Amino acid sequence: MTVTWEARGARVGDKLPPLALGPITRTTLALFAGGSGDHNPIHLDLDVARRAGLDDVFAHGMLSMAYLGRLLTDHAPQAALREFGTRFVAITPVNAEPTCHGEVTRVEDGLVTVDLRVELADGTVTLTGQAVFSMEGAKS
Amino acid sequence: MPIPPSVIGTSGPPVTMTVERGRLRLFAKATGQTDPVYVDLDAARAGGHPDLPVPPTFLYGIDLEVPDPFEWITSLGVDLNTVLHATQTFTYHRQAYAGDELTAHSTIADVYTKKGGALEFVERRTRITRGETPIADLAQTVVIRVTGGEERGGEA
Repeated sequence: MTVTWEARGARVGDKLPPLALGPITRTTLALFAGGSGDHNPIHLDLDVARRAGLDDVFAHGMLSMAYLGRLLTDHAPQAALREFGTRFVAITPVNAEPTCHGEVTRVEDGLVTVDLRVELADGTVTLTGQAVFSMEGAKS
Repeated sequence: MPIPPSVIGTSGPPVTMTVERGRLRLFAKATGQTDPVYVDLDAARAGGHPDLPVPPTFLYGIDLEVPDPFEWITSLGVDLNTVLHATQTFTYHRQAYAGDELTAHSTIADVYTKKGGALEFVERRTRITRGETPIADLAQTVVIRVTGGEERGGEA
């Protein structure tokens, strides 16, 4: 069951419990390629990555955005989600261990805004973003 | 060679995908999803859903269900290996579920450069519909590292 986040009770400054992920393995990247439909070999094939001048493959940005999506739907019904946007500010290397953070920054006009951030174990911020939920909840 | 502004407003053919439960379960596995609503039909129904819900960012992949999903960018003369995803936004209208036939309609919304032409940006907008019903509007920006005509070294 999705945890129901009582959006009406949300206050500016409320933090979502951080979602810590294990290392992003090459297996994770292969599964995510299949599951997401993004088969770009730069995330999968070391030969392609090297030809592009990189030392190794790197994770799909959309994998980290999907983790942020998990953070959101763990704490609010997905049907109340109206907007979800991110900026990919740094590459996520293979074997990185990201943690997703969210903080309520605005509660206004029936909408709750959550600022989002993904950070690696070494402190590198890889994604920043924002989500907006309707306090009215689900749209059928 | 810079991408000509004439591509702004051009659309690719619509892409349709029937969302399968198995595919959603693979997406859940890949993303470490632990909420049973996204994998277990009974849990989904107990949560008031008609079927497994399509998670928020899965919609990005509808457009990719074609033999050459990056043709929209490579056809502009861009080497895919120089492309990075810069921004992604979703605006949601309706919840989608397994079994839905979703269609992606994509248009190039803008093209511009920064840092004296060293970085080129392409903005693409995608509308996802289920029949006539709007499901979501997506906007993505990709950034292209322009190599300035320098020959790429390597073993290719």
